[in-house]
Amino acid sequence: MRFLILTILSLLLFALNLLIGSVEIPARKIADILFNSSASDGPLEFIILGSRLPQAITALLSGAALTVAGLMLQSAFRNPLAGPSILGITSGAGLGVAFVMLLFGGTMSFAGISLGGYMAVLAGALIGSLAIMALLLLFSVWLRSDLMLLIAGIMTGYLTSSIITLLNYLSSAEGIQGYTLWGMGNFGGVSADQLPLFAGVVGAGLLLSLLMVKPLNIILLGDNYARNLGISLQSVRNMLLVTTGLLTSVVTAFCGPIAFIGLAVPHIVRMIFRSSDHRIIIPGCILTGGAVGLLCNLLCVLPENIVLPLNGVTPLIGVPVILYVIFNKRKRA
Amino acid sequence: MESEEDKRVVVSTLSLTTGYRAGREEREVTRDLTASLYAGELTSFLGPNGAGKSTLLRTLSGFLPPLSGEVRVEGRPLHDLRGRELARTVGVVLTERTDVENMDVETLVGLGRAPYTGFWGRLTADDREAVERAIALVGIEDLRHREANSLSDGERQKVMIAKALAQSTPVIFLDEPTAFLDFPSKVEIMRLLASIAHSEEKTIFMSTHDLDIALQLSDRLWLIDKKHGVTIGSHHELTESGALEKYFLRPGICFDRNTGRFRIEI
Repeated sequence: MRFLILTILSLLLFALNLLIGSVEIPARKIADILFNSSASDGPLEFIILGSRLPQAITALLSGAALTVAGLMLQSAFRNPLAGPSILGITSGAGLGVAFVMLLFGGTMSFAGISLGGYMAVLAGALIGSLAIMALLLLFSVWLRSDLMLLIAGIMTGYLTSSIITLLNYLSSAEGIQGYTLWGMGNFGGVSADQLPLFAGVVGAGLLLSLLMVKPLNIILLGDNYARNLGISLQSVRNMLLVTTGLLTSVVTAFCGPIAFIGLAVPHIVRMIFRSSDHRIIIPGCILTGGAVGLLCNLLCVLPENIVLPLNGVTPLIGVPVILYVIFNKRKRA
Repeated sequence: MESEEDKRVVVSTLSLTTGYRAGREEREVTRDLTASLYAGELTSFLGPNGAGKSTLLRTLSGFLPPLSGEVRVEGRPLHDLRGRELARTVGVVLTERTDVENMDVETLVGLGRAPYTGFWGRLTADDREAVERAIALVGIEDLRHREANSLSDGERQKVMIAKALAQSTPVIFLDEPTAFLDFPSKVEIMRLLASIAHSEEKTIFMSTHDLDIALQLSDRLWLIDKKHGVTIGSHHELTESGALEKYFLRPGICFDRNTGRFRIEI
């Protein structure tokens, strides 16, 4: 039932994403373009198929990817405040992107980066985020307290942004402008040609996360209980590294470092389903994350004539949820 | 008192030395222990903090490799068992507090079936039956739909014991299961463990600081301190041999040899 409502909500938001934009296009026309390929209408078709549709699909997939990554981190670290951006994984990906864009990409203008250039950006993001994840896992061996781990993650985040600031001095004006635009976050970063690659990587990451439901459920009891129940912590951690790294880095490479979705939406999902069973909440996170991604994208294009940066919108949804979680925890303790 | 030959040995340690390895250095904690735990018995492990109780317990539970010697469970070397095999042999109740949101008691106890369930962790009819039995044995039927996080410390301890029972292992190790509980709950938990050991033929071994209750309810006692190492026997044997006095007598405490109990001097 809850899955059904969420599916309907996602479809509705998806439709609204197609419908709303700087150019007004009637719904009938959109349906025509989508379902009736013979009815060709040059510029409008381009807006729908070349811009709004890929953007909506990207928003859906990115929301799902970040939410699932956040959920897995929260379960594995047993910390409600874990998330790809707080733990510095996003900034790790950002650092990789900065290296590629600022040092090598200065000659290419941002909008015109070739597919090969995007592969380099993607690889940079992946390497950066995996390096930070590996560092965090190493820290987690020594830092038994989760609070210390969070602080280590936040410090790592600061460190990467300082390196990025320094990189800025070494790069061209175009490189900086491209990087700054990227840093604001935008689901429009994936073009129709790049969409299959993007969707493929996100799909693979989501599939990997679904394969981990049993160990994730058991690890909720704590590391030692999980070991006693036959879980190999090392292999779970490695899988986690690859999966969350993949999901976070692909979204970050294409859409920028998006804050708060990965942190906040898993909490919304647990509240909706009143469950910690990953067999339920991972699919729940995919649906809800997708819906939140679509909602954020919608809020970005809603004002007339301008497009808001994504990272101006996500905290509006994320911060209240996180505050609610913190206060709720304090009340019970 | 039954003689030892009537009892089936389930866990045995052979010249077991426990401790930690850091690089090339070894730090011994307990040395050269050869001892057995028996089916159908509750054994309590008593001694001051820092004497090596938790190191020995962690080694017996398979969390920590021995420095030398070995632990055998039903004849098989424990530290050669991997993953599922170990999980089907030894169940644990730990001091670390599990803090899971949105999980009811039944689901938590069901996680004890992990060594038997398939890839997705779905419970079969057999698994459900084992969970039901564990819940009934511990007597927490009325808690089954409560959220695990909303329980009192004593209730929580029972749920973790039920989880270990659902795991269907011949051996259960508990690390101070009565710590932080009020007096009636301490007695209740220890009574429960004794009755489960007897009725289910389980080998149950727990560390505890609740000397007086442990003396009354345990079938066998392991005493440990830094000076004397480990001494093992029934309450009666340890009273007769003077071991209890040796380990626990301090100024202000007196020992009554007739009852084998400690009293506070007034």
